[in-house]
Amino acid sequence: MPKGKDTALISWKEVPFGCYILEPGNSVGFKTGDWRSFRPVLDKEKCVKCGQCYIMCPDMTYTQDEEGYYIADLTYCKGCGICASVCPKGAITMVVEEV
Amino acid sequence: MLKEWAKFKGFSAKNLPKEEPFAPGHRACQGCGEVLALRLALKALGMNVIAISATGCMEIISSPFPYTSWRVPWLHVAFENAAAVASGVEAALRALKRKGRFPRNRRVDVVAFAGDGGTADIGLQALSGALERGHDFVYICLDNEAYMNTGVQRSGCTPYGAMTTTSPPGKKSIGQMTWKKNVPAIAAAHGIPYVATATPAFFLDLMNKVKKAALVEGPAYVHIYSPCPTGWGTKGEDSITLAKLAVETRIFPLYEVIEGKYYITRKITKPKPVEEYLKRQRRFRHLTEEEIRKIQARVDAEYERLLRLAECL
Ligand SMILES: Cc1ncc(C[n+]2csc(CCOP(=O)(O)OP(=O)(O)O)c2C)c(N)n1
Ligand code: SF4
Ligand code: SF4
Ligand code: SF4
Ligand SMILES: [Mg+2]
Repeated sequence: MPKGKDTALISWKEVPFGCYILEPGNSVGFKTGDWRSFRPVLDKEKCVKCGQCYIMCPDMTYTQDEEGYYIADLTYCKGCGICASVCPKGAITMVVEEV
Repeated sequence: MLKEWAKFKGFSAKNLPKEEPFAPGHRACQGCGEVLALRLALKALGMNVIAISATGCMEIISSPFPYTSWRVPWLHVAFENAAAVASGVEAALRALKRKGRFPRNRRVDVVAFAGDGGTADIGLQALSGALERGHDFVYICLDNEAYMNTGVQRSGCTPYGAMTTTSPPGKKSIGQMTWKKNVPAIAAAHGIPYVATATPAFFLDLMNKVKKAALVEGPAYVHIYSPCPTGWGTKGEDSITLAKLAVETRIFPLYEVIEGKYYITRKITKPKPVEEYLKRQRRFRHLTEEEIRKIQARVDAEYERLLRLAECL
């Protein structure tokens, strides 16, 4: 068993006074992508750039690239499959994540 | 149409706000419909808000130390008092403006979030008091139909027949034995200027209602249906499908109550059978045909009642 200090996210010596969190939205440092067992894969041929996937993603993973396609940031994608299920063109397929 | 809405053109798929007041890296389950509802509501409100949340899933998943998903000022309070704290924040803002310590014309919206447990059960009196006092704030109930944060106990908003850990089906029980408490009607009974129901499946409708609620002078209440794969025994990918089905079967009708008058915002003329909605969820798996008929009859009657309210008032 590793000792507590090896596994803790933050040691008590670094805890800010009053346990303040000093940076708004710093959960971006917590990568939820490793929860995923399926990964959304986009077929650009079918995509009409409607943005349904972007707005329906509970993990705010989608951003638009220069060409206007919505691309999922796999750092946070939990692989829920909502984007694939709401896409009106069937442009997103969920594929098993290979380790 | 209220005068406060005169300048609001409404959101459309083309002019969605870019800001995300709620950050990724939160720990909601895969496919959580409640965090999606929260995200969309905050997106509609923008960055000039002070948010208050009652304890519940959304607090737990957004703030395990040393992280926070909130990019806007946020107060986490107890299970029962989101509306009371929001009242205090709103009163303080007014006092600061009166004393000249905060720009009078600067708009800051105060929004309280609570789950269905925090709203329909333990927080009901705090909510009622705040609505009665007429504070200028928005109260948003994120309704996933049980106490999910503590492991799926029934609440006043759990629908009839649903299995939870405290309404287990068996020989002598069909699951939840009471009908869903109609909290939007309770809010409307306070005579507040704005009440609405919404679901993430119709995201523009949701965002427009939340924005209208914020623009209204005085208290506004928005009740948002929020699918919970973990508590309902559903697939994460089905959250939006279910949220749509809930509306299309008339189980969760979308409407507004503007200064006491009911308006149905999405009329369902050819409803799907409730069975289509129920059969996709483990929490309803045990229901017999007879029970499903009973639910269908209730849904029909409730929708009739709503239609009459929308026509007569
Ligand atoms: C007075 C009090 N009783 C009980 C609790 C434990 N508790 C925390 S959250 C919660 C349930 C929350 O349910 P709900 O409001 O529906 O939110 P959800 O987790 O479903 O989003 C309970 C019972 C508490 N924090 N305070
Ligand atoms: S929902 Fe489908 S069609 Fe629309 S932008 Fe996303 S991938 Fe493209
Ligand atoms: S699978 Fe889920 S988390 Fe991943 S991008 Fe699609 S909607 Fe977002
Ligand atoms: S238990 Fe339900 S509401 Fe809570 S985070 Fe998980 S899916 Fe969302
Ligand atoms: Mg709940």
